[in-house]
Order: sequence, then C-alpha cells, then structure tokens
Amino acid sequence: MEETLTLVVATLAATLRVATPLVLCAMGGLFSEKSGIIDVGLEGKMLMAAFFAAATASLTGSAWAGVGAAILAAEMFALLHGFACITHRGNQVVSGIAINILAMGLTVVLGTAWFGRGGQTPPLAGMERLNPIFFPVAGDNILVYVALLSVPFAWWVIERTRFGLRLRAVGEVPLAVDAAGISVSWLRYRAVLICGLFAGLAGAYLSIAQNAGFSRDMTAGQGFIALAAIIFGRWRPVPAFAACLAFGLLDAIAIRLQGVKLPGIGEVPVQLIQALPYLLTLFLLAGFIGRTVAPKAAGVPYEKEH
Amino acid sequence: MQELTADAAIELRGIEKSFGSVHAVRGASLRVERGSITGIVGENGAGKSTLMSILYGLHRADAGEILIDGKPVEMASPRDAIDHGIGMVHQHFMLIDSFTVLENLILGAEGGALLAGGLAAARAELGRLAGEYGLAVDPDARVGDLSVGEQQRVEILKVLLRGARILILDEPSAVLTPQETDRLLQILRLLRDRGVTVVLITHKLREILAVTDKVIVMRRGEVVAERRTAETRADELAALMVGRKVRFDLDKGPSRQGETMLAARHLSLVDGRGIRLLDDISLEVRAGEIVGIAGVSGNGQTELLQVLSGIRPPTGGEMEVCRRKVDAAHPADPAEMRALGVAHVPEDRLRQGLVPDFLASETSILGYQDREPFCHNYLMDGPAVGKYCADLMERFDVRPRTPGLRSANFSGGNQQKLILAREMARNPKVLLVGQPTRGVDIGAIEFIRRELIRSRDAGCAVLVVSVELEEILSLADRILVMFGGRIVGEVAAGEADERALGLMMAGARAA
Repeated sequence: MEETLTLVVATLAATLRVATPLVLCAMGGLFSEKSGIIDVGLEGKMLMAAFFAAATASLTGSAWAGVGAAILAAEMFALLHGFACITHRGNQVVSGIAINILAMGLTVVLGTAWFGRGGQTPPLAGMERLNPIFFPVAGDNILVYVALLSVPFAWWVIERTRFGLRLRAVGEVPLAVDAAGISVSWLRYRAVLICGLFAGLAGAYLSIAQNAGFSRDMTAGQGFIALAAIIFGRWRPVPAFAACLAFGLLDAIAIRLQGVKLPGIGEVPVQLIQALPYLLTLFLLAGFIGRTVAPKAAGVPYEKEH
Repeated sequence: MQELTADAAIELRGIEKSFGSVHAVRGASLRVERGSITGIVGENGAGKSTLMSILYGLHRADAGEILIDGKPVEMASPRDAIDHGIGMVHQHFMLIDSFTVLENLILGAEGGALLAGGLAAARAELGRLAGEYGLAVDPDARVGDLSVGEQQRVEILKVLLRGARILILDEPSAVLTPQETDRLLQILRLLRDRGVTVVLITHKLREILAVTDKVIVMRRGEVVAERRTAETRADELAALMVGRKVRFDLDKGPSRQGETMLAARHLSLVDGRGIRLLDDISLEVRAGEIVGIAGVSGNGQTELLQVLSGIRPPTGGEMEVCRRKVDAAHPADPAEMRALGVAHVPEDRLRQGLVPDFLASETSILGYQDREPFCHNYLMDGPAVGKYCADLMERFDVRPRTPGLRSANFSGGNQQKLILAREMARNPKVLLVGQPTRGVDIGAIEFIRRELIRSRDAGCAVLVVSVELEEILSLADRILVMFGGRIVGEVAAGEADERALGLMMAGARAA
C-alpha cells in the first residue's frame, strides 16, 4: 500500500518536473499566438536560453545570473522574430524555423569554442544551479512554482486586463485595433517579448535546474510539444496547462516503464516509450481535436491597405 | 469668412493624396456644418472613402489642411481623430466576432488597466444610450451571433460611447434590409437633432435624398458639386457623379420565354456540421427570362449558386440542367456544367471569378483554357489567347484594352466586364450571375445590366442573385426571395413592391 502511494507521488512529482518547461513555454507562446504571431521558434529560443543559462552560471558561479542571461538570450531571439514578422511583415513560420536552425547551430559553435566539450557546458553544482526549495527528492525548484503561478497569471492578464483585451483583439481583427487608435505593432511586440521571457525561463530550467549543464539539442522538441499543448488547449491557459501535464505524465510513465516487464507484453522497447509524447502530439494535431479555434489573424502580417 | 468657418464642424482645404501612381484625391475642399447630415456621393473610386480615411487619420494627406471647429488640426492616427471627437463607422465593421458587445464597445477606451470598471461603466452608459436613441442591443451577446443590423448598431454605439460629436458612416446600408436601412436613417435624424454632426458616404441616392441636408458630389478625386438636398433630384446627382446623363430605367421589352433550361426540385444542402444551408429549394428558369433572387446577404444565395453551378453537390433533391439530371448520387462538376452550357459569373470576383495575379488575357479564358484555339496538344497558344482577349475587350468595352495587364490592375467594373465577357462569349444556355454590379461604378452598372438583358433576349436563361433590391427590380422578369436558406416568396416583376419584398427579405412574411 505504502509502496503504491510512494510510486504515485513519485510519478506525480516527475510529471511536474517534466511539465514545467512545457508549461512555461506554452504560457509564453500563448501570449504570442493570441496577438496573432505564430511562434514556431519557441524551441530555438528555449535552446538558446538553456545554453546561456548554463554557460553564464558556469562562468559566474551564480544560478541567478544564469537565469538573467537566459532571459536576455531568449529576448534577443524574440526581438529578431518580432523584427522579421511585425516590422517587416515576414512569414512567421519561416522566421520561426530560421530561429530554430540558428539556435541549434549557434549553441554548438559557441559551446565548442568556449568550453571545448563537444558542445556541452561544464557540469554545474551547488549555487550554480537552482535547487529544490522544500522537497529535495521532488526537485521543486523556484521555476516549478513560477510555472504553476504563470497559469492563473496568464489567464488573469488575458481575460481581465486592458492589455489582455487588446491582445485578444489584435489576434482576431488587427484592423479594428488600429481603427480604435491602438498601435498594432507595439501590442504585438509586447506579446512577443512576454513570450521571450517565458521561453527564457523554460530554457534556464532545462539546463540549470532540471539538469546540471547544457548538452546539445537538449530541448529535444519540447518547444514543439508546448506548441501542440497550446493548440490542444485551444489557445486558453488552463486547458493548455492540462495538456502540458498530460504530456508530462506520459513522459513520467515512460521513464517508469523503462526496463519494466509488463505482464503479457514483455519488455516494452525504450525507443517506443520515448516516442510516446511525440506520437501523442502527432495524433492530437492530426485531427483528434478537430476544427481548431486559432486566433483569426494568427500568421497574417498586418498591413494597411496602401 | 471668419463667421462661416466658425459654424463648420469639419473643413477640408485642398486635400491631396496619391497611392503610388494613382491620384486618389485631387485638391478636395469641403465644409460640413455642425449639427447637420451631409451626404458624400460618388462612384466607386471617386475618392470619398479615401477622403474620409484621411479625416479619420487612417491615411495621411500629401497636402492640404484639416480644420475641426475652425481650428487646424493634425490627423496622424485614428487616435487624433478620436481625441477631436470624430468617430467612424466603417463599411466593413471593425468588430471582433468572438467578443461580447460590451468587450467590443470598450476596446480602445477601457478606462483603466483592469477591465472590470470599464465594463461596468459601459454597461450603464449603454443603458442610457439605448433609451435615448433607441439603440438596444444585448450587452452580453457575442457579436458574431448578432444580425448585421445589430452589429452596425454596436458600431454606432462604440462611436457614441467615446463621446464623438462627429459621426462618419461609410456605405452604412450596403448590408442592410430596406427596413433596417429606414431604422438607421431614423437614428441618424435623431442624432442630428441632438447636435451630432453626421457625414454619410453612400452611392444610394434614395438615402441621400431621404435624410441629408446637403450633398457633396465627388468624381475622380475632386469635389465637383455641392447641393442643398431640398434643391436637387436623383437624376441631377447621378449625372454629376458620372459626368453625364444616366438612365436608371432600362428599356427592356417583354420576355419571350422558351422551354425550361434550369430546374431545381426540393434541393437541399447540409454542411459537415449538420447546418441546413439550403432547404427545399424549387425553382425554374426558362430560356429568355431573367429570374432574380433577392435577399439579404448570407441567406443561402451563395450556396445556391455553388450548387447550381456544380461547385458543391446538393445533399438532397435534384436539379435538371439542360436535360441532364443532377442529384447527390450523380453530381456534376463545374467543368461538366460548363460543357452543358451553363456559364457562371461568381459573386466573389476576386476569389472565384479570376486570379488577381493572372494577365487579363489569362482571365479571359479561365475555365476554357484547354479548348481550341487557346490550347493545342497541351501547349498554350499565347498569341491566340491575347487576340481573343483583345476582341472581348473591344466588344465589352473593357478598359484599358491591354490583354497583357495583370487582372488586379483593372477597376472592379472592368474586371466584372471581363468575366462577363468570358462567360457570355460562349453563348451559354444558362447564365448564373452573382452580384453582377457589386463594387462596380455607375457607368459600368448600366452596361452590365444591358448586356444581361441582351443575353436574355438572345434566348439565354438568366438567374441573377443580388443583394441590391433596386437591381433585382430593374432586371428581373420574376423575383424569388430567399431567407434562411429557403425561398420564401415569388413575385412577378410587374407586381413587385419594395416594401413587401423587404419584409420577405427580413423573414417577416411569406408570400
């Protein structure tokens, strides 16, 4: 009995640990997408943030400096995305993919040049990492709580504030926002910057909280899973959060299942288990959720006639 | 002069605006008196909307002065215009369908960083305005669920809520039933009586004559005339708009009807979500007659044309087109319909009628491109297509007569003439026409209607769908009214009266 309880608690704790970067990323992406800017580049921003968090923490010895660097790095890429998509009305998906490719290459190049460990940063320990606050086994570092709080915060901002109203409006009918005398570009830039902030925190979590250092391509598609969670949650914070937890749970179970022999099936191949979250993403996006309710102007650059 | 300026709410002096090589507004000057209703009329492309967009800060003038209450002002953005008490109701509503009425009302004037206070204040203010002007709407309804007339009321409320003293309306009645239009005109009178200055942009002379105090006529970017409404008449205004005499009454002889070319029996169309778009539609069109389908836009006319032209198969019922039976089990695609002799001029010119990036010559054969002489052995014959297009342009007076010009660079009227030319040149047995003169200038309207009647007299069965009641009345030999996906009434052209038709269009009465 007690054993089962321990197993459940441990699995839930693992779920939360795995879901934290997804939740942060999804809440950030939500702001961007609500404003009409599709953000395929979540992955790249998170990767850049993870690298700079670990590199800075390793060089300065301070985890907080690492968090700051992570946010800064993600914001730079967020601004790049904004500059391409808002100021120059470029294709948002292309810009996002470019950011992902750039991040993948840049982190390896810089990592190799600075640390010479095949793209990895030196292992971090002690004050170089964000450590658990209450339960050392559960890994409840500060960013886990930030992620949990970010959900009601996102809901409140989007539903209850002037900024949120305008944000929702600009993602639906930007022309109406312009005609109401509000700057479309400034609104969207703010949304993209909020997205960068959250992606930065998610990246920092990966390399200096969940893990003890940066390794190449460590985001492993989590930015895309967060994107899937946004879509699965129909662009609403709480359902998106639930979707992140579902992905996290799947991952936690997958870790538990590794090497375990299931009655009647035998040992499940590790590869299959690790593919589960991605399979779920594909399945969800391919049609399980049916007609989605994306912000109408998502992906469409705002141009005045003439 | 000083005194004259003082009672003008708006004065524009020498406004100039060019978009690239297009000189949209040429030195336009006008005055709008405070507490009056002023109409601005002109053909499409005459510059009226551009001029008002400049006044509202959406575009910046290249030159000229704007004076509000006699003081020169700078209109850099809509914000400035709003600050000067100007509100605008745009032709395409600036509303967010997924928002409630209240949320739409406070957008841009939320009254604080948090919404709660602004929403409560707007709710109270809405109650007051609803009483004062008879502008009642449910504050918690989703705007997407409201009728077009109600949405327009939300737009007007939005302007009033911001304390605007000057209200500009751009083609406000384009989407309304005659009854809703009358209601709107009443509201405008009420607003004027409370001291609001109203500017009404429209091409409907009936409304101008019914409600305005003064009319300003624009043509090719210039203000060409100004009249007291009491001292002018429709034919004078129309002549001023186009620069020559225009005839509204088409002299059309009685129709000589032949056999039935197009018949629909109990047609229905249900979409993937189970919504019934067409419900038990039965109609007949004979050779040599024009059947007009009247109705407020969005009541199934679009879907009816799609089914009749073969774009969508019906889900129930059957139709007979030139002796070929079509039903859910035996659908016919548009190419087969075309081969049977059905020509279709779609409602949405830019999406279904042509490809904006294609050359005019390519547009002129779209749908017929794999036939001789345009194409032999899978290869297009460019010179033959160009020559064919030039010939069509000559016959249908498409200007400029340049087959090598991109379709998008023609005016709406000339694009429509080109599409009409393409479809009519094949001497079809059945001609389906959606919104023949939508967004088309007055000169071209006259031409297009004449061509439709010529086609009828040549023995073609013509079905015209239009949201312009006046157009249906002037063209059709028989009028069917659609509402909610059904045909709710049929009237012979001679017996039609606008009021009864309007009631049917609003679903208020079946004939």
